[in-house]
Amino acid sequence: MNYIQLDYFDLALAALLLVGVAALSLLLQLRIEKKLLLAGLRCALQLALVGLVLTKLFELVSPWWTGLAALAMVLFAGREIMARQERGFQPLWAYGIGTSAMLMAATLVTVFALTTQVKPEPWYDPRYALPLLGMILGNTMTGIALGLQRLTEGARQQRAGIEALLCLGATRRSALLPVTRQALTTALMPIINSLAATGLVSLPGMMTGQILAGVAPLDAVKYQLMIMFMIAGGTTLGAVTAVFVGLHRLTDNRDRLRLDRLVGE
Amino acid sequence: MLIVQNLSRPGLEPTSFELAAGECIALRGPSGAGKTLLLRALADLDPSDGEVLLDGTPRSRIPAPQWRRRVGYVPAEPGWWSERLDEHFQDWASQAGPARRLKIASSVAGRRVSQLSTGERQRLALLRALEHRPEVLLLDEPTGPLDDESTAAVEAMLREKQANGLALFWVTHDKRQAERVADRQFWIDRGRLREAVLAEAPQR
Repeated sequence: MNYIQLDYFDLALAALLLVGVAALSLLLQLRIEKKLLLAGLRCALQLALVGLVLTKLFELVSPWWTGLAALAMVLFAGREIMARQERGFQPLWAYGIGTSAMLMAATLVTVFALTTQVKPEPWYDPRYALPLLGMILGNTMTGIALGLQRLTEGARQQRAGIEALLCLGATRRSALLPVTRQALTTALMPIINSLAATGLVSLPGMMTGQILAGVAPLDAVKYQLMIMFMIAGGTTLGAVTAVFVGLHRLTDNRDRLRLDRLVGE
Repeated sequence: MLIVQNLSRPGLEPTSFELAAGECIALRGPSGAGKTLLLRALADLDPSDGEVLLDGTPRSRIPAPQWRRRVGYVPAEPGWWSERLDEHFQDWASQAGPARRLKIASSVAGRRVSQLSTGERQRLALLRALEHRPEVLLLDEPTGPLDDESTAAVEAMLREKQANGLALFWVTHDKRQAERVADRQFWIDRGRLREAVLAEAPQR
């Protein structure tokens, strides 16, 4: 593979863009220059740190360190799910439901991809495992966060209709079926949209990266397709799990709607 | 038929009473006294303590969906899960007769639920509950938004069902309606239920 390496001078040139934008903000009194520079700095620091950690992990190729890094990623993503709930499940429940659903779905899909399709030697080689997990995790996280939010929001909004169904003898599953459907549709919308729009509207980041690194476009496409299917599978698995666990938390064994278990009730 | 023993929940003090088949108990009380809390606890829509028995069987031994089919509940503001009216009934066609009796215009069939008037929705919710042939019916102001003529039609239909054994627990703010429909009258205030000695119930 041949690719053009960037040196620090090239990076500094790119960073000039950010400085230029900040100057523009000052000139126009937009007051975003501070936020922008701070975010840029944070991004640089975070990525540099990740780069260092990945370098170390790639040297080690240890199942334990790789697993630990993967677990840390899942825990961070769980926090993100919790933070994105507005008047939804209580934070610890959102964290618990989100993290466990994600852990299950992302692990299953990543291990499946590593052991049957990519097949690096050893299969847990962090150079393959961590980027794959990262991509699957990012999308599964969004799906679960959206699904849980829509579930609790829908149950609140449609409370009267749900309780009317319960009053006529519906079980909790059937009374909440419309809300369940809405939640899963919302959760899967981003991945369905990106499956449909990929290539036409946007070139996926990973494919672009591989092409820049000198991989033949058709090979990059094959990789990208595999990733998209993995993401679709992981998101669906994670969202379905989270929404169904959420459904149980929203109801009880006497088939009651328990909105009192949400924040702000 | 329905035996309530020390039923309580936050906002409702332990409550005990019996409701016989074909009987009607009217419940009155000021706003916020716990009328709706009591009905929801009876329908098992909210957690509560104490025991409720139906025909001698404790509620805890009856699956909740089955309980709610047998002990129907029509809230003051009934909920709808679809914009199409017929989707709320098992057999909408067979409701034409009863709907006519309740003075519901036949044109409702073609309208969306959100286009129906409050009074129409109230009566349709009653028909929807009756379609499941409950043994007990918990009613929260079933004629609140209705005019005198429709109110009389609702009362007549319920009296007929009562003659066939339906037991009614009827929340109303209207003292005269309570006197008209009820065999016994209850009064609730600040979560405390008691049977009203008629002279004792505050005049409105």
